Amino acid sequence: MNDGSLAALVALGAFHGLNPAMGWLFAVARGLQERSRSLVLQSLPAIAAGHAASVGAVAVLVALTRSVVATRAVAIGGGAVLVGFGLWRLLSRRHFRWVGMRISLWQLAGWSFLMSSVHGAGLMLLPVLTSSGTAPAGHDHGLASSSGSALSTGIFVTAVHTLSMFTVAGVIAVLVYEVVGLAVLRRAWFDLDRVWAVALIGAGTVTAFTAW
Amino acid sequence: MPLWKPDPTFYASPRDAASAPPEKLAYVAAFDRAAEKPDAIAVLDVDPGSASYGTVVGWTELPYLGDELHHFGWNACSSALCPGSPHPHVERRYLIVPGLRSSRVYVIDTKDDPVAPKIVKTLEPDELAKRAGYSRPHTVHCGPEGLYLTALGGANGEDGPGGIALLDHTSFEVLGRWEVDRGPQHFAYDAWWHIAHDVLVASEWGTPSMIEDGVVGELLLGRKYGHSLNFFDLRKRKHVQTVDLGDEHQMVLELRPAHDPTKLYGFAGVVVSVEDLSASVWVWHRDGDRWAATKVITIPAEPADPDSLPPVIRPFGAVPPLVTDIDLSVDDQWLYVSCWGTGELKRYDVSDPFHPVEAGSVRIGGIVDRTPHPADPGRPLAGGPQMVEVSRDGERVYVTNSLYGSWDDQFYPDGVGAWMAKLDSTPDGFSFDERFFPSGDAFRGRRPHQTRLQGGDASSDSYCYP
Repeated sequence: MNDGSLAALVALGAFHGLNPAMGWLFAVARGLQERSRSLVLQSLPAIAAGHAASVGAVAVLVALTRSVVATRAVAIGGGAVLVGFGLWRLLSRRHFRWVGMRISLWQLAGWSFLMSSVHGAGLMLLPVLTSSGTAPAGHDHGLASSSGSALSTGIFVTAVHTLSMFTVAGVIAVLVYEVVGLAVLRRAWFDLDRVWAVALIGAGTVTAFTAW
Repeated sequence: MPLWKPDPTFYASPRDAASAPPEKLAYVAAFDRAAEKPDAIAVLDVDPGSASYGTVVGWTELPYLGDELHHFGWNACSSALCPGSPHPHVERRYLIVPGLRSSRVYVIDTKDDPVAPKIVKTLEPDELAKRAGYSRPHTVHCGPEGLYLTALGGANGEDGPGGIALLDHTSFEVLGRWEVDRGPQHFAYDAWWHIAHDVLVASEWGTPSMIEDGVVGELLLGRKYGHSLNFFDLRKRKHVQTVDLGDEHQMVLELRPAHDPTKLYGFAGVVVSVEDLSASVWVWHRDGDRWAATKVITIPAEPADPDSLPPVIRPFGAVPPLVTDIDLSVDDQWLYVSCWGTGELKRYDVSDPFHPVEAGSVRIGGIVDRTPHPADPGRPLAGGPQMVEVSRDGERVYVTNSLYGSWDDQFYPDGVGAWMAKLDSTPDGFSFDERFFPSGDAFRGRRPHQTRLQGGDASSDSYCYP
């Protein structure tokens, strides 16, 4: 894993954390309902866990697949899927509703998992996953393509991405809850779903292009 | 195409909404009782700085006859900011306008030319019938799963049960019946929710056969109209509990839940008690882990010379107040109560919802009084304050005078006329704006019913954040 991939992982994590629809807004809403900052803080790990599970599934799958299937096929196929998915997100006007407003932390984690999955959060990491080294730096003991180290790549990628997502979402949630106030939503809630879709298409194109 | 930023008329909290800029246009549903002319949406100038203030400046006629426009609503509102169903980049631009008699639903776009809105889609009655099993669509609310449309009647000529149909909020297709389990509810009317608590509340009027030809005396005295509140799980779409107000309390109509999403109470208006013709307002609330309702306002009937009364109430020798609409200001402080029979609009301070304090009253129209508007003191008025709508900032209150075609004719047999009035409401005062009194020919022979304000109003939106 080179520095560029690491930076990309962190940046994508930050982007995911930034999106109100990925969970921080839910954390704020729960906190405001009960007038409790600790409820905001409690919600964030559940949201991060759901996100990590969604991203991790893709990361581990890709890492494992890479060790047995040609990199090229994964990258080109994955890239095509990603572009298609991005276009679908861009053109689809459907909205998803999984839960109500009163939910437990388990349900919140489940909601976060579904929300991340349906938005292709893990898929967006495909360029990083397919272009980075076969194993994380420092873990390569000469068995670069063993499934053990591939698995740890997947976990490493998920952890870095999620930590970044968690940090950004957490900072925003607390800032909005404590300082800024929800009026900021009207000014600053850009349509990240559309940016998201474009990012998916971009990621797919890069993945396919670099593998060609 | 969706917006890049949230619609500026969406507000996270009631406090944000209350600080919103004043509306400049009002949309009013107006129908032709004779069904000789099409019903229409009248567009009124409500900008006090404008030369055409208080007049009808636009007019969108519908393509058919006899729809009987009643209640309508916005396609999207502040609930789009809720985290459980975030879709803040839809626009509040379409009015969803149901025909209560025809069961047709029109989608009217106000964006490109707000004073001349255009019909962009028409849902035929069979779509509502086929997909949701309902007819006689009544109330529209923009909510977590799309558009919720209450309906009074069943499909294919069945009288009931009524219920709620769900519509897609972008394609406006009927998605189906909202209820998974309707429970014992048979009569429908209004529905709204405590959105942050996944609770839906529904009220009861009657089935189409009980209302379409006017109020049926035997049914009323036989206590056969709706008299209950029904609570549902908004998420599971299942009936949870019925709270019966007592069968003397006939017709539980408008529901106004607290706008503050942390609160679990709301107000319901009851049209008439068959015991003494009084009307009442109830507050629903939690009682342990159950729902309960408490009567907090009783408005007595006013004795009158029977000869001055229409046949339907002549035997009683009194005018019932007939509370047909109520509206709660966005800050949850003021409750406005329409007494369509006596011609009075009351204002209550409901800061303590269990102990409302009357804080203002005006008289206009009424079955006996026929009180004129101060702008035209020589002209007696028929009808009474009926649909009442409050601006987001709570300072302006709009009322129209028609209830429902056949009921208008029963209670005002010499003609209900057509008028609309505006009141200025401040903590210290509650009085008519004498510059605002569109009436008579202004509505081109139609009867004005419900008002919706550009950018939303006190009965359009629900908020997820306190």
